[in-house]
Amino acid sequence: MADPVNLSIDGRAVQAPAGTLLIDAAKTAGIEIPAFCYYEGLSLQAACRMCLVEIEKTPKLQASCTIPVGEGMIVRTDSPIVAAARKSMLEFLLANHPLDCPVCDKGGECELQDMVFRYGAGESRFTENKLHVDEKQWSPVVFFDAPRCILCYRCVRICNEGMGVGALGIVNRGVISEIAPNEGDHLNCDECGACIDICPVGALTSGTYRYQTRPWEMNHVGTICTHCSNGCKTTLGVRNDKIIRGNNRDRSGVNGEFLCIKGRYAFDFTENPERLQSPLMRINGKLEPVSWSRALLTVAQKFAEVKNRGGKFGVIGSNRTTNEENYYLQKFARQGLGTQNLDHHRSGDLTTLLDAISGKMAALATVSDLYKTKASLVIGADLAEQQPLLAFQLRANFRHHASHTYTVTNGPVRERKYAIASIVANPGEELKAVETLRDRLAKESELVILFGDAIKGDAVRKLVAFGDSLGIPVKYVCLVDYSNSRGAVDMGLVPGLLPGYRAAATSGLATHEMLAAPDLDVLWVVGANPLKNAKLALANAFVVVHEMFLTETAERADIVFPAASAYEKEGTVTNVTGEVQRLKKALKVMGTKSDLEIFGLIAKEMHLDLGPARHDAIFDEMRKTIRGYNVPLPVIATGGAAQTSPVNGRVPVESRPDLIQSARDTLFTSGSLGRYSKMLNSVLEHPAGLYESGVNTP
Amino acid sequence: MTFSPELEAKFAKMVTIYPAGRQRSALIPLLLYAQDEVGALTQEVIDEIARRLGITPLQVDEVIGYYSMLHKKPQGKYHVQVCTNISCLLTGGEELYHHAARKLGLGHKQTAADGVFSLEEVECIGACSWAPAVQINYDFHHHVTPEKLDQLLDGLRKVQ
Amino acid sequence: MIYNEPSPLEVKVLTKRFLLENSASIDTYLATDGYKAFLKAREMTPDAIIAEVKISNLRGRGGAGFPTGMKWSFVPKNSPKPTYIVVNADESEPGTCKDRLLMENDPHQLLEGMLIAGLATNAHAGYIYIRGEYRYLIDIMDKAIAEAYAKGWLGNNIQDTGFDFECYTQTGAGAYECGEESALLESLEGKRGIPRIRPPFPAVAGAWQSPTVLNNVETFCAIPPIILDGGQKFADLGTPRNGGTKLVCISGHVNKPGVYELPLGFNLLRMINEVAGGMRGGKKLKAVIPGGSSCPLLKAEECDLPMDYDSLAKAKSMLGSGGLVIMDEDTDMVKAALRIMKFYAHESCGWCIPCREGTTWLKKMLTRFDEGRGQSSDINLIGELAKNMLGRTFCPLGDAAALPTISIVEKFREEFEAKLVVAAGSYSDENRFVQIA
Ligand SMILES: Cc1cc2nc3c(=O)[nH]c(=O)nc-3n(C[C@H](O)[C@H](O)[C@H](O)COP(=O)(O)O)c2cc1C
Ligand code: SF4
Ligand code: FES
Repeated sequence: MADPVNLSIDGRAVQAPAGTLLIDAAKTAGIEIPAFCYYEGLSLQAACRMCLVEIEKTPKLQASCTIPVGEGMIVRTDSPIVAAARKSMLEFLLANHPLDCPVCDKGGECELQDMVFRYGAGESRFTENKLHVDEKQWSPVVFFDAPRCILCYRCVRICNEGMGVGALGIVNRGVISEIAPNEGDHLNCDECGACIDICPVGALTSGTYRYQTRPWEMNHVGTICTHCSNGCKTTLGVRNDKIIRGNNRDRSGVNGEFLCIKGRYAFDFTENPERLQSPLMRINGKLEPVSWSRALLTVAQKFAEVKNRGGKFGVIGSNRTTNEENYYLQKFARQGLGTQNLDHHRSGDLTTLLDAISGKMAALATVSDLYKTKASLVIGADLAEQQPLLAFQLRANFRHHASHTYTVTNGPVRERKYAIASIVANPGEELKAVETLRDRLAKESELVILFGDAIKGDAVRKLVAFGDSLGIPVKYVCLVDYSNSRGAVDMGLVPGLLPGYRAAATSGLATHEMLAAPDLDVLWVVGANPLKNAKLALANAFVVVHEMFLTETAERADIVFPAASAYEKEGTVTNVTGEVQRLKKALKVMGTKSDLEIFGLIAKEMHLDLGPARHDAIFDEMRKTIRGYNVPLPVIATGGAAQTSPVNGRVPVESRPDLIQSARDTLFTSGSLGRYSKMLNSVLEHPAGLYESGVNTP
Repeated sequence: MTFSPELEAKFAKMVTIYPAGRQRSALIPLLLYAQDEVGALTQEVIDEIARRLGITPLQVDEVIGYYSMLHKKPQGKYHVQVCTNISCLLTGGEELYHHAARKLGLGHKQTAADGVFSLEEVECIGACSWAPAVQINYDFHHHVTPEKLDQLLDGLRKVQ
Repeated sequence: MIYNEPSPLEVKVLTKRFLLENSASIDTYLATDGYKAFLKAREMTPDAIIAEVKISNLRGRGGAGFPTGMKWSFVPKNSPKPTYIVVNADESEPGTCKDRLLMENDPHQLLEGMLIAGLATNAHAGYIYIRGEYRYLIDIMDKAIAEAYAKGWLGNNIQDTGFDFECYTQTGAGAYECGEESALLESLEGKRGIPRIRPPFPAVAGAWQSPTVLNNVETFCAIPPIILDGGQKFADLGTPRNGGTKLVCISGHVNKPGVYELPLGFNLLRMINEVAGGMRGGKKLKAVIPGGSSCPLLKAEECDLPMDYDSLAKAKSMLGSGGLVIMDEDTDMVKAALRIMKFYAHESCGWCIPCREGTTWLKKMLTRFDEGRGQSSDINLIGELAKNMLGRTFCPLGDAAALPTISIVEKFREEFEAKLVVAAGSYSDENRFVQIA
């Protein structure tokens, strides 16, 4: 690292590492220099000219967003000339900018508005005709209002550089220059909405949010996206128990400002009309609404009766419910019902990985490692589709640090665009292909290996052995599907494994075995849909289901409890890299209860003592009893993420590779849940097409 | 799609004259020459050239929109470009433009129904010392008077 | 072929072959000292060549007037990347039509200039970027290049000197901004002509991020005579620090508009009266644009001055590209200001706010004045807006639009006052807000 550079800004002595841009140096010194086109992490533009400053001995004002600090530089950002320049830039900008702020979505959080307020002129001297172009809809998600656009090119850059999609460009010249979508009149892209969020003004607006409300009329609740396993923080804007938008403008959480379409828009399942809002009970073969008390009593009595006569239970948990719920559920099953038949949908072979790396320090990568590592190897996964945030991190890492990415996949993947080596291998031959990369990988100084369900059982051990043999520090990420897939295993929703991967006295049945069991008395399914593509052997088994919707499994149930979604409860979830984060309750949906509350009520009816069914109490217990989960409370409480290492020794049970199968969701699907998001489906129905019916078009 | 043998030969050479991996540098010439041959930059041409240079059609669109000689809609067989920039302005360029507009019954950037003529008021074409100047397709005409323009246009219409 | 009678007052250095029988052919060229300068330069060290160019006081003929020898000396020696020669033949500055003649009448002089630049900076490939409208010149240059290859003056081991040089033409497609050096390089790379953030300058990171010598056609054409007859001889033709001759393009209200080669420092009034045959129809001189539409105008009484870079700078204007636009007493200066602004609004690349918005705003205002709908407060506003663009835009096009405008409002304010909305109130403000689709 070169010596720091000394300069003076507004008479203040400032020190900054060589190469620091003036605008950043000023910022760290607490001096704000306004800018539209400059955006940290994206390529430089110097187009908006808002950041002009005076530098002694240079005749013209200079754009501080492109000038690196120089030794002895004397800079003024507070001189009358600079103030006048800023004022004039804003006057130019407003010349053709419509003054429809009162109806503009951005009103209240518009960077242009703020700038005019702080640096602008009171009245405009522009009295000519303003250019006018009609607003366009580019996709179900993205609307574009050209006249509001100030051409800062942020959207074009985030789409190109950030998302690696390149769906936005700029056409025409001069004052009629315009941002344009890749399909002429519409977009064919990830629909991630990053362009909308990064737009400093109201030029790009979202189908879900536009004309819905004003920023200050909403409650902003920072919670964790319930869709994939990456665990992005999404800040839900809520008004009257209705989620109106999701974004992450404050760049907090593991994802910074990144969100995919699911995190930003696919919250609308919460208000889907098919949402269950009352318990259902099978009466003469038909599911009928009944009161909570009746449903709970019926279930409690059935559970007690079967338990007392030593009948057979099967319990299937969820990979979207909270750690607290999963922990309490396994306790309920094992202690309350005395069964070991406990499982959930396993989408990656975590247990074998943890076993194979036992004794190693820091062998599990975090989300931020992916942005920092010098090299990464992606095996058997379409990262950009299945693990959007992890893919984003690798892209950013490549862009900012020229890191090396290697891919071994069954087909072409987006990572190939910048990967230093890409191999397409037949299913089952991934490791063979990886072997051919040995020499190049061994030359790297460090490596993160991400692998999907193509690598399970023995293959995982072979992979780890391969990693060891490279003689460089290697970290691993076992890719799993949903927001708490990782937590479900950590919490022991697996036959024979207690929370924290301790051996249970005896093992039990796995999902498919429960479904096939000829003597099953009760099947208890919490937030899962095992009957989607499997049959329950026994016609007269008593089935209890917690669900938001009438899924295939719920339809077979004798009792259905209307469950609250992740956005309607408190608790914690653990993402794909083992980082624990906190859910915050954003809204309440009439008639529903959280799974934890339902467990507690059943336990109460059964007079079981499983401890208080309160998330904070349970989290406390988890922190005491589960290795690695004693994460620092303040971090979690303040919405931070803390990585857990629930085991660092052998994992006692054989993982069942045959039972491990990813659902292979895409950017636009999310298991059964995805079916109930109008937004996701509108994108699927009209792939890249205009959405005639217009989402919320006034 | 394929272009005429001459053009294909030109293209083949073009992409070789830049440093390795920089064949995109051929984009603007390719577009202009293809436009001369096809008459306009149709979506088919755009997609084809994008494919050949390994860029997206959007990237091609960005370039087309920027350059005033590139256009997606066909122009007349004879594209009449009257300069009205400063030197021509001082020597009757504007009158000349209005004269042409009246004669052809066309406005700025309009093409006649029969596709013979199209008209454009253009910026300085580099004939200032021999102003007023008119360019028809790629041919320069200097010291143009309304009478001279009439003869020119009538002559071209006859060739038709 | 040339388009105007030469003047006896011309000093023909770059244009000396213009009147010869098929002056463009390589035979004519070789028969008149052609490529001798290259052979001479081949015997010199790169530093010696650059030194010679410095002595000549040759300054960039494209508009900026930057000392050419110094520019060449910025090219890094023994850089790992190849160095390129790029000729700026985009000639789009209103009032300018000289590079055209140099390529049309003596294409080999340009090629030889490129070769010598190649020797001086160890470059082995050159690109001639020609504006799209000059298609016939691309054909002429291609023909000349083919001749040169055929006769061994281009390609590998040129005339057994062991020096290799490849040369190509490249067409533009209609964009004034692509004459700006960094935008030109973007265009050469197949992109929108958006200027680059500088530094780094082309000499260090130009075409394809490699070191690049980028000069105007006329600049390159001056190199062979400089090398052949020595820099001092060239320098002596002009005034101190303003070496050699300059092709001036005289247009507008004179009897003999045309392109003439005159020594730098030649008096402007003499150019008008003796070279260009005086004012048309005996009218009085009102104003002159001395170096292309980007330069501040000179009023008649300011015109008795030597035409060189420094003298014009002293007169708060510029020699620019040498495009002189002569305006007589009947010229409508508001219309002139409008036409010039229309040009810059049309050519602004749209990248930066002040140029993109400023040029259009000014165009709209000037249009109102031209139509007799000016408001008195607008006269100052025109000047202020132009000053708000000045020096704050991303590239010099913004300045180019601002400078002439400022000079016109300041020097011909009364003409704007004459265009104020006639009867007060006869013009209502509302209809200025009408939304236009
Ligand atoms: C907007 C703009 C347009 C320009 N157009 C031209 C041009 O058409 N021809 C040219 O030679 N230089 C033009 N220049 C100047 C070039 O940027 C550059 O200074 C010049 O080509 C360098 O060559 P020289 O040193 O030989 O003059 C232009 C500059 C600007 C800012
Ligand atoms: S001044 Fe700005 S907008 Fe104008 S041409 Fe230069 S960069 Fe483009
Ligand atoms: S002004 Fe018309 S050709 Fe130059």
